[in-house]
Amino acid sequence: MSTIFIDNKQYTVKEGKNLLEACLTLGIDLPYFCWHPALGSVGACRQCAVKVFKDENDTRGRLVMSCMENIRDGLHLSVADKTAKAFRSQVIEWLMTNHPHDCPVCDEGGSCHLQDMTVMTGHDYRRYHFKKRTYKNQYLGPFIHHEMNRCIQCYRCVRYYHDYAGGKDLNVFAAHNHVYFGREKDGILESPFSGNLAEVCPTGVFTDKTLREHYTRKWDLTTAPSVCTHCSVGCNTIAGERYGQLRCITNRYNSQVNGYFLCDRGRFGYEFVNSANRITQPLIRSRSIEAVDEAVLMDHLRILMSTHTLIGIGSPRASVESNTALMQLVGKENFYQGINDTLGFIEKRIVEVMRSGAVQTASLQDVQQADAILVLGEDIWNTAPVMALAVRQGVMKTAAQHVLENRALPSWHDAAVRELVQQEKGFLANCTISSSPLDEISTCSVHLAPDNLARLGFAIANRLNTPVPAVLLDRDVQDQAAVIAAALQQAKRPVIISGAGCYNEALIRAAFDIAAALNTHEREVKLAYVMPESNSMGLAIMNAAGFENAVLRATRENNIAAIVLENDLYRHVPAPIADVFFNSCQHCIVFDTLNNATTQKADVLIPAATFAEGDGTLVNYEGRAQRFYQVYVPANKYIQESWKWLLKLQAVKTGNTNEQVYHPEDVLTMCQQLMPQFAGIAASAPHHDFRINGQSMPREPHRYSGRTAMLANLAVSEPKPKQDGDSPFSFTMEGYTGKPPSPLIPFFWSPGWNSIQSVNKYQQEVGGALRNENAGAALFAYKRNGAPVYFKDIPEPFIVRNEKWLLLPQWHVFGSEELSAYAKGVSELSPQPYIAMSASDADQLGVVDGSLLSIKVFEQTYELPVKTNGTIPNGVVLMPAGLTGMPVMNWNSWIQVVSIKL
Amino acid sequence: MEHPLTQYIHPGCPAFDLHEYEMTGGYSALQKVLTSMSYQEVQKLVQDSGLKGRGGAGFNTGMKWSFVPMGNDAPHPKYLIANADEMEPGTFKDRMLLEGNPHQLIEGMILAAYAIQADISYIFLRWAYKKAAQLLRKSIHEAYAAGYLGKNIRGSGFSLEMHLHTGVGRYMCGEETALLNALEGKRATPRSKPPFPQISGLYGKPTIVNNVETLCNLPHIVNNGAEWFRGLGSGDDGGTKLYGVSGKVNNPGCWELPIGSVTVRELVEEYAGGMKNGYQLKGILPGGASTDFLTTEHLDVKMDFASVQAAGSRLGTGTMVVMDDATCPVGFVHNLQHFFAQESCGWCTPCREGLPWVEKMLLSLEHGTGTNEDMELLQMHTQWLGPGNTFCALAPGAMEPLQSALKYFREDFERHITMHKCPYD
Repeated sequence: MSTIFIDNKQYTVKEGKNLLEACLTLGIDLPYFCWHPALGSVGACRQCAVKVFKDENDTRGRLVMSCMENIRDGLHLSVADKTAKAFRSQVIEWLMTNHPHDCPVCDEGGSCHLQDMTVMTGHDYRRYHFKKRTYKNQYLGPFIHHEMNRCIQCYRCVRYYHDYAGGKDLNVFAAHNHVYFGREKDGILESPFSGNLAEVCPTGVFTDKTLREHYTRKWDLTTAPSVCTHCSVGCNTIAGERYGQLRCITNRYNSQVNGYFLCDRGRFGYEFVNSANRITQPLIRSRSIEAVDEAVLMDHLRILMSTHTLIGIGSPRASVESNTALMQLVGKENFYQGINDTLGFIEKRIVEVMRSGAVQTASLQDVQQADAILVLGEDIWNTAPVMALAVRQGVMKTAAQHVLENRALPSWHDAAVRELVQQEKGFLANCTISSSPLDEISTCSVHLAPDNLARLGFAIANRLNTPVPAVLLDRDVQDQAAVIAAALQQAKRPVIISGAGCYNEALIRAAFDIAAALNTHEREVKLAYVMPESNSMGLAIMNAAGFENAVLRATRENNIAAIVLENDLYRHVPAPIADVFFNSCQHCIVFDTLNNATTQKADVLIPAATFAEGDGTLVNYEGRAQRFYQVYVPANKYIQESWKWLLKLQAVKTGNTNEQVYHPEDVLTMCQQLMPQFAGIAASAPHHDFRINGQSMPREPHRYSGRTAMLANLAVSEPKPKQDGDSPFSFTMEGYTGKPPSPLIPFFWSPGWNSIQSVNKYQQEVGGALRNENAGAALFAYKRNGAPVYFKDIPEPFIVRNEKWLLLPQWHVFGSEELSAYAKGVSELSPQPYIAMSASDADQLGVVDGSLLSIKVFEQTYELPVKTNGTIPNGVVLMPAGLTGMPVMNWNSWIQVVSIKL
Repeated sequence: MEHPLTQYIHPGCPAFDLHEYEMTGGYSALQKVLTSMSYQEVQKLVQDSGLKGRGGAGFNTGMKWSFVPMGNDAPHPKYLIANADEMEPGTFKDRMLLEGNPHQLIEGMILAAYAIQADISYIFLRWAYKKAAQLLRKSIHEAYAAGYLGKNIRGSGFSLEMHLHTGVGRYMCGEETALLNALEGKRATPRSKPPFPQISGLYGKPTIVNNVETLCNLPHIVNNGAEWFRGLGSGDDGGTKLYGVSGKVNNPGCWELPIGSVTVRELVEEYAGGMKNGYQLKGILPGGASTDFLTTEHLDVKMDFASVQAAGSRLGTGTMVVMDDATCPVGFVHNLQHFFAQESCGWCTPCREGLPWVEKMLLSLEHGTGTNEDMELLQMHTQWLGPGNTFCALAPGAMEPLQSALKYFREDFERHITMHKCPYD
């Protein structure tokens, strides 16, 4: 720690930071633009000028940019100095010479860093009376709107997009005061992390195009802390609503999980909530008028439940609460996983490995801080995008740390560090079926069939002094194994990543063996398994029987009524099996949010709340249980959390009429009682009656407008505000005005800081953890000193077959996930179905790119165009997984491929 | 009087080829260094000579080299770069050396590279110097063929590669760190110092960037010694300097003279042949467009680093621009600010936004629509665009002629406002 003097007041600050970071951490307001906690300093905008004095006797001092000046013990500086203040105000005046002052019609207005900084410096009068320069805007795709005239040239967009996220198609062009930030020509931004531009841009150049379609100012949004439902990473988000419509998703900073950034699927996939395809009313299909009210529904279900054996089909995208309530209703022995058994088997193995506690789980923060990373099998770029972004930071930071060894250069000095780093990278081995954008930053890229990837993994484990037997590999793969093993052994904080995406269980075991072998006293190894969906881990931990058992029950017993929870079974199991299941069940009660193939089969269909309309808990890939909070009460009273419906059914079934009210933590307590492996989950979020000074946390900022007017079409008198019995939040602007504790932050705001940059004010130290950060509950406990039990069962090598190909999934950020595909932009960027194979296989079949191939899966024939890809191993074909309208494929099985000669 | 740098340069005559250069003693300094001097001795020799950088800043060359990490642990490759991106308005001295005696530069570069034990050298040449490019390409080729460049030069064990890089015409590339970025294929934006290029320069490796004229001095210092070099100059500075004069003088040109041996008056009157008929000298920019005006009261200032500085300006490149009494100072300064505003790289706010504003106000004054408030704003810019406030020296340099014009020619500015037109029209 160092002692510095700011305006003659003594402070103790952390070394290795710059003066801007020190001031902001101390709560001293200093305006800035080009600096960003995740991007470091470059000193371009000159906004954060302060005066630094040689010593306490120096009265003249000199202006310096605080972002470019290291903390030195005994340093004297002044923020309030007249010259420094005047210069900061002058910098704003310069920036404003060309800024259009279109705040009233600008999307950024009210959450604009430029507005905040302008007010902060006190600049208020325009002396520049010449014409402003203007630009042409570009079409950048469905997610980001471009308005270059507003640009203040802080360079943060390119530094984020290019340097941080590795995108190539956004750049800075031209010079002097015609500097232009955009693409070479109009076109869709290629990076799946482009949405962050809207938050990185300090003004309205890059804004959320989806929000534009139903625009609302930040201050007019009703918001709640949420958790992304579009993959298993569990990024923290803020969801905003107005007029009963979900309007936008923004990032909710959290140092453990997603930090400052989201992927575009997470940010823009929310529109399924507003979809016209929503289920809006309970239906009983056997009736002439299908739509029924709650009383009729309950009467119907009372009879149905009392005369049938209930079985429940759990969901990998429904909350722990909903799955628990279903299990409670049907009984543990009648609860099945709503996923296919192959996947279920793999996920079971993952849970077994993680629960063993032999190795620690890797949070995204751990990934970012890793000094060597092995990705074994999982295509994380497409299945867990923000994890791929974290991997990139790990690789870059390791290289930076390496060049900074024995140098006086501080790590925040971004441009200088990059200059020294040049092309150097930290160690990353990306071992996947085919190429991914991560290959560009990989030390080793290996592309093999899944069994061979697993063999590679075991070969690495073998080299790490484990009892794992030696594996015979091709010479070049053997060499790669040696390189990877050596790099992992040299690392101090290695991270191993695998997952269920290859449908290969041996990969899970191999990844564990490597991690367990590396786990020594001098090395902290972390392990991550990517799961397919937002609560796959939660469902897997429930350790329920597989779906095929449910099918067997349905076919063998003739009195089965199945309850299917928020799940399109046709996306998980082959259509013939799902058909058998539905045909065998006497009745089928389905809860879901959107109509799909499964809801078509329902005798009773009950509308479920989405993440925005209800509370619940999701368990991410690392076993972190995180609560998402209801954003708004939908006007449609039938839209309720599945767990609430299920608890009502429970009451109806047991004839319990004393209407007991359950809160999420009650259901989670139930969960812990039913399944001790969930111990601790009830404490994963504050209790529903948590209050500060007796006050609840308002979901609306104090500037929320229209409260008395917006419902005037219904009643002139202001209606009673909606009450929230399930969380510490109020649905209005009333309540605690301070900063809520970390899991309860519905929006980031601080006086003078209306933009997302107000996150600074919630952090312990700028860029670090939130104050008293609580990032959910960890369900997997690490048991230090446990002796790991290695897996030694190594799969046979993959052998190319004659006339047959192994069918494997190719995941896509856009298109492979069910719910986000309802968002217009996401569906626009989804690929058309295709079949991908190696060039030599294509040769063998006599086909070229674009030729049609015919394949038969589950008795269904598909004719698809060919895409050749040099990195796909021979004998393997890939098809995009999870596309809307494409049923589930027979992944990891052998299929015939026939060329269609036209 | 000795003219070591230009003794073999004769306008109108073709430049020496390798053979001719060798015949006149060329590459003998290199031979001497390779056979009998350690790199430490070369560094010490140049430090002792007191050679100051001729690019404009006037920093001690030997001192600049001394920050380069040496010895076995030093990172490699190290780079030596000749800054031949001569784009300072009114400056054409390096061009004379490049077109007149390219081997002199190449030899100087090899010597400098030897002194810092560099492995690779570049000449960053202004795009418009087409003739120089042609000559340098040929000369580098000759030097390679003769074994002065490449692996194991003349059996000494010292190796050096040399490449010619022609720029695309940005003034910014004359700034050494922006030059490095440009050479790496990045945008020509300057870098923040520290780290200095000596530590982290081209591709993050130790790098020295020296001006053409600076480098051309090296063979002569090696051949004749530090004492000789110091003895050439008068006053504190050693060696000769290429002085130039442009403007409405009878004999504009460039002359190599002992540094500090001439006054402004002598340069204008004796060497440049005095003002053209009907013109009076009104002011001069002593060292290029980014130096402060001196006026008739400064005619007896000696043209060395310290004297010019004491008079309130900078020696800069030593090539002065003369402003006559028929030229409107406002228009003159506007022309300069137009150049600087256009050549701003767009990286830092004050330069990117401030210079175009200054340019517009000056144009407005020229058109007779300027106001007293503009005068205040111009003054304000000269203060806020000062050193330290901007990222590099471009805008502070641009402010030097403006602030001195406001000081010395204020009346001219004010007449534009009161007459609502340019009084010189």
